[in-house]
Amino acid sequence: MAQYRLNDKHWESFKKIVFYTFCGLVCVFLIMPNFIVVPISFSGARFLEFPPKSYSWQWYHNYFETEEWIAATITSFEVAILVTIAATILGSLAAYGIVRGRFPGKNLINSFIISPMVTPVLVTAVAVYKIYSDLGLTGTLLGFTLAHTIMALPFVVIVMSANLRGINVEVEQAARSLGANRITTLRRVVFPLALPGMIASGLFAFLISFDELIIALFISSPTLSTLPKKLWDGLRTEINPTIAAVSTLLVILSVVILLGAGLARKHFEKKIK
Amino acid sequence: MTEAIGQAKTAPMERPFIKQLARLERWEKLTVFAFVAPAMVLLLTLFVYPLIVFLLNSLYDPAFTLEHYVRAFTRPVYLRIFRVTFEASILTTLGALLIGYPVAYLFAHVSANTLSILLPLVLFPFWTSILVRMYAWMVLLGNNGVINQLLISGDIISSPLSMIFNRFGVLVGMIHFMLPYMILTLYSVMVGIPKELTQAAASLGAPPYKQFLRVYLPLSMPGIGAGCLLVFILAVAFFVTPALLGGLKDTMISQVIQSEIDDALNWGFGAALSMLLMIVTTTLYLIYNRVMGVERIHGG
Repeated sequence: MAQYRLNDKHWESFKKIVFYTFCGLVCVFLIMPNFIVVPISFSGARFLEFPPKSYSWQWYHNYFETEEWIAATITSFEVAILVTIAATILGSLAAYGIVRGRFPGKNLINSFIISPMVTPVLVTAVAVYKIYSDLGLTGTLLGFTLAHTIMALPFVVIVMSANLRGINVEVEQAARSLGANRITTLRRVVFPLALPGMIASGLFAFLISFDELIIALFISSPTLSTLPKKLWDGLRTEINPTIAAVSTLLVILSVVILLGAGLARKHFEKKIK
Repeated sequence: MTEAIGQAKTAPMERPFIKQLARLERWEKLTVFAFVAPAMVLLLTLFVYPLIVFLLNSLYDPAFTLEHYVRAFTRPVYLRIFRVTFEASILTTLGALLIGYPVAYLFAHVSANTLSILLPLVLFPFWTSILVRMYAWMVLLGNNGVINQLLISGDIISSPLSMIFNRFGVLVGMIHFMLPYMILTLYSVMVGIPKELTQAAASLGAPPYKQFLRVYLPLSMPGIGAGCLLVFILAVAFFVTPALLGGLKDTMISQVIQSEIDDALNWGFGAALSMLLMIVTTTLYLIYNRVMGVERIHGG
């Protein structure tokens, strides 16, 4: 009997070890590609070498001194900032309407606003490209901003809906019953409470636009294209470590934005309490 | 507002006042709709309208025709591409489920502090540019890539393993992309499963595997369904991964649409393929909405 119990215990701990090892390996699998680009970007060799035998800043120099890379980066920043503003405002308003409103077809409208996320992006891109060609919007800042705003809206609406559901509706009712009209209530009560969520969703909107590739493949012009489009062209022609340098910068951007969103969320939780 | 009206109905009040309240209530509803309207207008003009215009190309070229659909379903080339697309999507979905399920289970059963350390491991790749991730896989899996270089310098293999520009590369890239979606969806369901239920099963004498198969697994089914639907919807439309990590044999439907539009300038046929793809994804999305609310799509 004692022997059996011992085996049973071993079996239990064996299963636990297998389970944790498996989860650990999956986490490594998930996170490793994000970091593998970092050492390669500092490689001193002309071609891919791992681990690098010598280190240098040459690929970063190459990036910062190539006008095409810099122009594309600036465009990406401009578009992403405009998208952040547009998507956060439109998406937050829509989320407020969906969460607080009681009108027929509300769920339908919600599913509709989310639909760009589950529509094949390539199909969206081709459709947008066709309309843009007629309107002369290809290769323009406005064109990029509008298309990316559509892609970012679903995320903003999802994050803001969850956020607004966490805000007690009685606070708003109290303001209204004390004589504040809808606009004042929104401005003075809802907005301050929703602000951290808006910052978080704005950061995500920024990243969605900054990383968007497929629409950019179609609506870029020789004179105006975004960073992902340039990366794509680079990946299709030659794998030189400049791409690793750009990738490293993109990874850093993601980390910064995730941290920012995390801080905003912490702030939100504190406010709700 | 409804409460106010309810009180108005019971209290002895004058009729004009009730009317005024009803008008206010209507106005409230209308203003709420005004919040949704700007986003709706944007989507209708720059998303729905372009999609309709584009997809109609498949039927009118310029007169009504079904030729493009006939072509899609009769040419062996395209039938093969449908098959490859479905196979890759199903394998990706199953792979993401089998790998993601234990991790989601772990996430649902650790303390809040441990979770705040583990969750970024999923969110970080989720929010990293797909190009960065695919580049990393090209670097890792290539014939002259990191894994092959390490294996050869360690004398484990003599000639490089072929891990890229074939189905293996595509599946690795796609599963890596989909895992966060799968894990977050499964987690959102698992976290709501009361721990008492498996404990009850245990106290009634069920061995661990039975506790899992008869109690936990059925309760996590909505998560499995939603996660698989979501991953399949995204996978079937994939473009970047097969284009960068796949070979010619691994061409998926989105790549064909792109080349029909960009290279062949065959808008009608490109639209027909797009329509077929949209029918699949839209149907699955409607089922997904039935299975669980849309809000759960995104866990971060």
